Amino acid sequence: MEEERHTEAKIGAETGRGSSPRGPGCSLRHFACEQNLLSRPDGSASFLQGDTSVLAGVYGPAEVKVSKEIFNKATLEVILRPKIGLPGVAEKSRERLIRNTCEAVVLGTLHPRTSITVVLQVVSDAGSGAQLLACCLNAACMALVDAGVPMRALFCGVTCALDSDGTLVLDPTSKREKEARAVLTFALDNVERKLLMSSTKGLFSDAELQQCLAAAQAASQHVFRFYRESLQRRYSKS
Amino acid sequence: MAEGVSVVAESLAGGGARVARSVLGQVVLPGEELLLPEQEDAEGPGGAGERPLSLNAGACSRVRVICGPGLRRCGDRLLVTKCGRLRHKEPGGGGGGGGGVYWVDSQQKRYVPVKGDHVIGIVTAKSGDIFKVDVGGSEPASLSYLSFEGATKRNRPNVQVGDLIYGQFVVANKDMEPEMVCIDSCGRANGMGVIGQDGLLFKVTLGLIRKLLAPDCEIIQEVGKLYPLEIVFGMNGRIWVKAKTIQQTLILANILEACEHMTSDQRKQIFSRLAES
Repeated sequence: MEEERHTEAKIGAETGRGSSPRGPGCSLRHFACEQNLLSRPDGSASFLQGDTSVLAGVYGPAEVKVSKEIFNKATLEVILRPKIGLPGVAEKSRERLIRNTCEAVVLGTLHPRTSITVVLQVVSDAGSGAQLLACCLNAACMALVDAGVPMRALFCGVTCALDSDGTLVLDPTSKREKEARAVLTFALDNVERKLLMSSTKGLFSDAELQQCLAAAQAASQHVFRFYRESLQRRYSKS
Repeated sequence: MAEGVSVVAESLAGGGARVARSVLGQVVLPGEELLLPEQEDAEGPGGAGERPLSLNAGACSRVRVICGPGLRRCGDRLLVTKCGRLRHKEPGGGGGGGGGVYWVDSQQKRYVPVKGDHVIGIVTAKSGDIFKVDVGGSEPASLSYLSFEGATKRNRPNVQVGDLIYGQFVVANKDMEPEMVCIDSCGRANGMGVIGQDGLLFKVTLGLIRKLLAPDCEIIQEVGKLYPLEIVFGMNGRIWVKAKTIQQTLILANILEACEHMTSDQRKQIFSRLAES
């Protein structure tokens, strides 16, 4: 049954993508999402984007350790587990980026003295850090929505790469990402499409940053449309 | 450059706020803005232009709207904070002046205590004159030994750690420890108290509980026809069920768990097949 639902979600993703205008350098690879696939966490989602796939589980609002208790808001915790081995410095850095993004949208003040824990497990990773971060952000958002955590807005992660000749590639493959002069990952919200977080690598000019941001904002529309379709499918079953 | 970006963002927002009336029963997402009837008039085409003068325009156009779960008020805007289907209930007085309660019906698994909710809890500790009861929320609820029917300082209720309690919340807000009682305002048990020894406790989603507890729920009527049973629903997603034999209890538990994602036709099929056997 799980398998069936997965394929269903994939088909939905494909159609969602098909309707998107694919201009030169303005295309996202296909994505798929499945929610509520784990029984024990309060909310869960798996997000597949190109060749990167992340499984997310959310626990909360749950009991919190006294040492981590914050008296006027929820304690947000993000744990990122790599595919193999123990989490290292790169994972810790990503955890922090994701945590800060989540904190910007989660209405923690509605559940003071509780903990909201997001656990992200990398399922498949093509070896591109920026892609993985974007996929983690998307998975975390869908899992938070699935758990029913009150949120100010939705968010998504979009990656852009700038080639040596200055051409902009959205959602680059790992090969293109390695060749790129600069790689930028943005987290954007769905209300004003404002920037929540950015993580960049490489050299780029001010104008190029704005250009990438505008492209990411345009691309985020497709991701949010996919979110809506995927959530509507989930609620159509009941 | 920055201005250009903001223009793009504006055009992408795609409509922005939607009228609450038109999206009833549809899926809403966090961050969406809803418009209420009187705002819809004011912001509709030509709304700001000519308008007939009335003496108490401000007073009569105001409607009282209650934000239920999943919605929040921000200034004079109504914002969605949870994903789910938007529901609305007309105010009790009738009239249909646009007021009433709006809420988001979400498929959540984690329970957040609400005052007045009837829940099933598990006693986890006895300390002095209070019991700690696990209700599935972020912290255990407290239950005084005096809040049972007929309990006095002399006559303590027989409650052990591990017992199941069916009770009601009298204190439940985000800043305080939730507090349960097993009596109503007249001091009667009214069905509440310690749940018997046998039976089976299982967990389902909060949405299913709300569906089952809705007035004239088909599932419960069908289940009642199948076997004689005792059943307790807790708003915290716990169901306790007991039938004559263990086999029947397990069948009932499986049906209730499975019926969440079934259509009414599928349900009828299952019930008729069980009635035959």
